[in-house]
Amino acid sequence: MKHLKPINQKAGRIEAQIQRELAADELDVVGLESRPPDGPHIPLGCSLVFFPGWEADSQGGTAGLCQPVERDLFDCHLACFWPAHVPDQLNHSVDWTGKCASAQKDWRKLDLVFP
Amino acid sequence: MTPAVAEPGAMAPIALREFHPFEAAGERYVYMVPSAGVFKLDDPSAAVIDALSTGPRMPDDIVGELSGRFPEERLRETLQELAGIKAVGTADAPREEVVNDLPPEGFPLTTMVLNVTNKCNLACTYCYEYGEDKIVDTTFGDQPKFMLDETARDSVEFLLKESGDLPVAHLTFFGGETLLNFPVLQDTVAYARRRGAEVGKRIEFSLTTNATLLRPDIIEWLAENEIGVTVSIDGPKEMQDRMRVFHSGRGSYETVQPKIKELLRKHRTRPIGARVTLTRENLDIRRIYEHLREDMGFWEIGFAPVTTDSARDYALEDEGLDDMLGQFEELAFEWLEAAVENEHHGFSNVKDTLEEIHKGVSKAYPCGAGLGLLGVSTAGEVSLCHRFAGSDDHGFGTVTDGIDREQQREFLEDHHIKNKTDCHTCWARPICSGGCYHESQVRNGSTTGPNLHFCTWVRSWTHTCLEIYGELAERNPEFLARFDA
Repeated sequence: MKHLKPINQKAGRIEAQIQRELAADELDVVGLESRPPDGPHIPLGCSLVFFPGWEADSQGGTAGLCQPVERDLFDCHLACFWPAHVPDQLNHSVDWTGKCASAQKDWRKLDLVFP
Repeated sequence: MTPAVAEPGAMAPIALREFHPFEAAGERYVYMVPSAGVFKLDDPSAAVIDALSTGPRMPDDIVGELSGRFPEERLRETLQELAGIKAVGTADAPREEVVNDLPPEGFPLTTMVLNVTNKCNLACTYCYEYGEDKIVDTTFGDQPKFMLDETARDSVEFLLKESGDLPVAHLTFFGGETLLNFPVLQDTVAYARRRGAEVGKRIEFSLTTNATLLRPDIIEWLAENEIGVTVSIDGPKEMQDRMRVFHSGRGSYETVQPKIKELLRKHRTRPIGARVTLTRENLDIRRIYEHLREDMGFWEIGFAPVTTDSARDYALEDEGLDDMLGQFEELAFEWLEAAVENEHHGFSNVKDTLEEIHKGVSKAYPCGAGLGLLGVSTAGEVSLCHRFAGSDDHGFGTVTDGIDREQQREFLEDHHIKNKTDCHTCWARPICSGGCYHESQVRNGSTTGPNLHFCTWVRSWTHTCLEIYGELAERNPEFLARFDA
């Protein structure tokens, strides 16, 4: 800080915290609704994505509420680190989505998988 | 992350947020609330605060208004820095809620105050233990007059256990008149030393006494065992003898004066302090200070207004409090001049407040009572503090059963600053947090409320201490390092 001089110990800690925040700005965890200066924030993985949006959509409004269930399914399948909901496409069910080019139209073609 | 409030074209009006401004040594400062950070302002930041003091404005307007005096870039930097410390923010931002952050479970005990007796050989008019405002029936109640060796030893075990992993624990003896139970003191100190060594914990000892029972062998024992001593005394003879009397009504000055001199001469292992009770009649603080510091030779002298119902004729009320404040300020600035020269001055009230300012404490509770400090009655009942020892309504378990953590939690929930709504708009709350529980109990019949009768006093005194802190930071900043740690 150039214009404010920290005098007591607490002020020193406040300044250090501000410095840390400035330094960590790009790496900071931000909510989906935050818009950092360099554009929209794209989170990775469903744990950071507010789907299916029961209360609010990713814009904070209600227009995009209730995504189709298949969208939710595919978020688990593609971006999520948690493999419980969908077949293991790496090892056992490599072709699981083979007949499903577009989830919203073709989701019925997804096969059942029996391990 | 601090929001960008000062970008050119920013469309949100900005306003001042919560802080207390003060000046010292020709410089301007802010005491931030509730963070308790102290920052010195430069010219542009002071100008921005002045400009905003008339009401919320657009950042561009502020910059435009002051651009004749300072370059635009510096003004925007200043605005952003002020936003960083939360001295300014967007005008429609809600007030910062007081966070209800309860201390972690199992908070360790740092200080145990042991009431080794509730009997006293003096009959001070204003006594909170025996006088008109007493909380516990010390005369006919079921508390034993003296603590037994066994209870004291159980208390030591209690302290060792409840202080958890802390390397040091404090044991303070209190009364009644503490020295009426000297045999138990001796036994307890020896026992605590031995047990402390066994479990690898250092125990520090202190006691409060009226000095009437000091004898050469007791003084020697105090010095040998490095026991910190606080003497309750009201000043020169005519002041001491007004309220601090024996049961016969005879004043105690002639008795204590030679004993205190002896104590101060022989006991050099710990600094010895005096603790003065101020009343409506006993308010010549300067004279008391000089007598106790210079004639008697106490290292430190601390003053506190008597805790009593406002109806008592010795109670300190508005005018008396103003008088007390004026004299406190005078002594405080004297303390400052000594500190600038790196010299000792014995007025301890100012030192205590400055230490809190230096560290930037922001309290959820006015003191450690019920948290890091607990009192123990002669029967071994654990209480909020020594002033509540033996009170059924303010108990926290027993030394044999340990701290009643559920009761403690309930107390901490009820007494959090979050619940003291009167305090939420006061800038002095980081330091005051509502004030003494015992004072509140005596004045308001409950420990939960803040001591509203002291508000003006506390704010004025805190302001003075901030000024002294700022002066010291300017004139002898190295001195402040003494408050580190």
